Amino acid sequence: MAVSLGIVVVATFAIIHLVPGDPVRAVLGPSAPAELVARTRSELGLDQPLLVQFWNYVVALVQGDLGTSLQTHRPVADTLAQRAPATLVLAGVSFVIAAVGALPIGLATAISVRSGRRRWLDLAASALVGLLIVVPNFLLAVGLVWLFAVQWHVLPVAGWGDPAQLVLPVLALAIGPMAYLARIVHVELLAVLDATYMTTARSKRLPSRLIYLRHALPNMLTSALTIGGLMLTGMVAGTVLIETIFAIPGLGTTIVSSITAKDYPMIQGVVLVYAAMVLALNLIVDLVLMSIDPRSSLAEG
Amino acid sequence: MAAQISPMRARLASPVGVTTVTGLGVVLLLAVFGPILWGTQAEATSVADRLLGASWQHPFGTDELGRDVLARVLAGTRTSVLLALGATGIAVALGIVLGLLPTVLPRVLRRMLTGLIDILLAFPWLLLALFFSAIWGASATGAMLAVGFAGIPAFARLNYTLASSIMGRDYVRAARIVGVGPLGVLVRHVLPNAAGPLLVNAAVHASGALLSFAGLSFLGLGVQSPEYDWGRLLREGIARIYVNPMAAIGPGIAIVVTGLLLTLVSDVFATTPRRGALIRNGLRGLRPARRAGSMRAASASPLELADEAAVVSSARELRIAFPGADGGAVERVHGVDLEIAPGEVVGIVGESGSGKSITAMALAGLIEQPGAVTADELRFRGVDLLAPSSPVSKRQLGLELAMVFQDPLTSLNPALTIGRQLTEAVEVHEGVSRAEARERARQALASVGIPDPERRLGQYPHEFSGGMRQRAMIAMGLMGSPRLIVADEPTTALDVTVQRQVLQNLRRAQALTRTAVLFISHDIALVAGFCDRVLVMKDGVVVEQLAADRLLVDAQHPYTKALIACVPDMTSDRTRPLPVIGETGAVRRAS
Repeated sequence: MAVSLGIVVVATFAIIHLVPGDPVRAVLGPSAPAELVARTRSELGLDQPLLVQFWNYVVALVQGDLGTSLQTHRPVADTLAQRAPATLVLAGVSFVIAAVGALPIGLATAISVRSGRRRWLDLAASALVGLLIVVPNFLLAVGLVWLFAVQWHVLPVAGWGDPAQLVLPVLALAIGPMAYLARIVHVELLAVLDATYMTTARSKRLPSRLIYLRHALPNMLTSALTIGGLMLTGMVAGTVLIETIFAIPGLGTTIVSSITAKDYPMIQGVVLVYAAMVLALNLIVDLVLMSIDPRSSLAEG
Repeated sequence: MAAQISPMRARLASPVGVTTVTGLGVVLLLAVFGPILWGTQAEATSVADRLLGASWQHPFGTDELGRDVLARVLAGTRTSVLLALGATGIAVALGIVLGLLPTVLPRVLRRMLTGLIDILLAFPWLLLALFFSAIWGASATGAMLAVGFAGIPAFARLNYTLASSIMGRDYVRAARIVGVGPLGVLVRHVLPNAAGPLLVNAAVHASGALLSFAGLSFLGLGVQSPEYDWGRLLREGIARIYVNPMAAIGPGIAIVVTGLLLTLVSDVFATTPRRGALIRNGLRGLRPARRAGSMRAASASPLELADEAAVVSSARELRIAFPGADGGAVERVHGVDLEIAPGEVVGIVGESGSGKSITAMALAGLIEQPGAVTADELRFRGVDLLAPSSPVSKRQLGLELAMVFQDPLTSLNPALTIGRQLTEAVEVHEGVSRAEARERARQALASVGIPDPERRLGQYPHEFSGGMRQRAMIAMGLMGSPRLIVADEPTTALDVTVQRQVLQNLRRAQALTRTAVLFISHDIALVAGFCDRVLVMKDGVVVEQLAADRLLVDAQHPYTKALIACVPDMTSDRTRPLPVIGETGAVRRAS
């Protein structure tokens, strides 16, 4: 974890140094006066030795200073603090919806098609899930906008602040992962139900509530949670596209506009926040897994 | 060879295979000829035709310069496909290098490299791509490098896993012993063997690259105007979604269809069918179990008391069928009759596939759909196992019937403590308190010779050794008031030294509770030593039944004799090969 964080800090620091050619020239354009180029360079600290620059970067980072935007000349940290909530709300709500929806759907389809019953339902579900996994969320978003906003006029096409404006972005972000997770739950449950320990449980003639909840559920939770964790980090990434489509003032729209404008301090800041979010999510998933599955431990994972 | 090729042929000829191959062919043709055929039309501006909606002349409408969107989608195929393939190529090539490198590196460097790859894998593809595109800027080449580099960790990981598993195989060890260097091993052994999975994954990867690329272009970070690919067209289209939705939906369809085709390729060419496919093709519905005897259930109740004294378990004309590959039912047990008296130890011997295990499962009432059980009678201590279960019968079966399976690793639930698994049946069926159940579990563990039972109750199955797990299974059976323990090959998965202990525990448990035991094994010597009575099963039929102590003397059926002849003893002629059982069931001496 500490190693990961270190690598992330080095990587974000490195962004500006890996840019082919002169990053300052790239920002200001070829016709900018040499004096302005030199001033910007010293503002960014690029005229100092590399190690000194890194040291200054880390020290400022610890103090919560992420530098100053080249575009707005405001502190990067302020902009991030202002933009992050929208992204967190979007990803969080979508994840909760996806997880809450996927579990019952997966359990219900698995139990109802178990042992080759209702093959058509199984086939239809696999086909639908296959399609939903392939359709990327930004295309799903386009479809949803067209259907709900353009055709039926029931939901707003874009924007932020009103709960109604949250519906389409959340749906676009949640439907794919929900289908995928439901399928994982489905397949895992079928595998678990065929395990010998389930026969042992049945031989005790326990009520089916206990058989499913106590004996089956914990055994499929491990993989469902692992996938769920990947899904959640995937959703954080997915917000970039969804925010752009629905014009949501979050981190995604920020990074896209700052990449286009070559606003390197801002890019570094957003990348750092995204990476920290991903690492934090991984840590949480590991901790939850550890508390659920007696066999896994941080040392092994 | 033919056997290896034909499944692939079959999959190619399947509807999905044909669709995939044709579809990809069309996409490739479009990539090659699209710009030639529609290129001029896609570039032709016309002020009069600006921003038209969908019509026969312009199925996807026109853009703000009056260019036909359909023509642009078709002509844009080449850019989209080429960029996706380029990115995939980067990921595959560098992924192979980074994946194989650790296998020839010294230990410390290998750890560091694989550790780095694992850390990078935690980050979603799109975030990595954004990181790289921040470096290379918003351009088509920048985006191709970004998507390509972002895909490296996944490929490197796949390669490393494949290579490590191949490096561990015997033929590679052999090659190293004769002096082939690490590079030689990689080139001659690892790469050819990893090629199959790599190709399949490259196809999946290409699909992902296509979608990511569309995403980047859509964000304005990929292909820049006046160039265009599907993502760029989508970006232009969505800005006008109120005016002309087809301008956005058209490129969207192109992206989804191509992505879907590339994913399907991996399904068609994957060498092993995925689990989902197995589940889908596996089992067709069969008539539900429990029929025949159930009609008699009600009228039989006055007899129960008489039954109870005489027999623990009884089956008459027991037949068990499972669905076959063709969807029809295949009968696996053909009319078995069996009675087990209280306290009796009955053995069933037979080779695998003889139906001995499923017979035992049926006697315990544990055959599940789609298996179908029919019988003139199938009872456990008066409970009709063919009738729907009632709370009373569940309680009785839960407390009086115990199971011990072959592999104790899989028969105990890995997610629950041993204590919980031992106590739950009596808690549910006898309503005893948690504390009392725990005390009983402690005694049960102690009675099968597990030291420090108090501490062991709080542990999980993986903290137990194989022999201890099996003894815990036996202890589980002792929690209620066992009348029958069904032990299905209880020692087969254990070490020889542990086998004896477990058998002793089972024997002691039997003596302690005077329960009957149904002991299933393929080992006739073991059964003869352990049981009172032995049934010999072959192909779903009981071919012989006799007292265990008469087994060696009185065996009549050739199959029984054959089984006995196969067991070597102190007088066996060691210069001759061991006998084997031939097709007919008679003994044959290999010469």
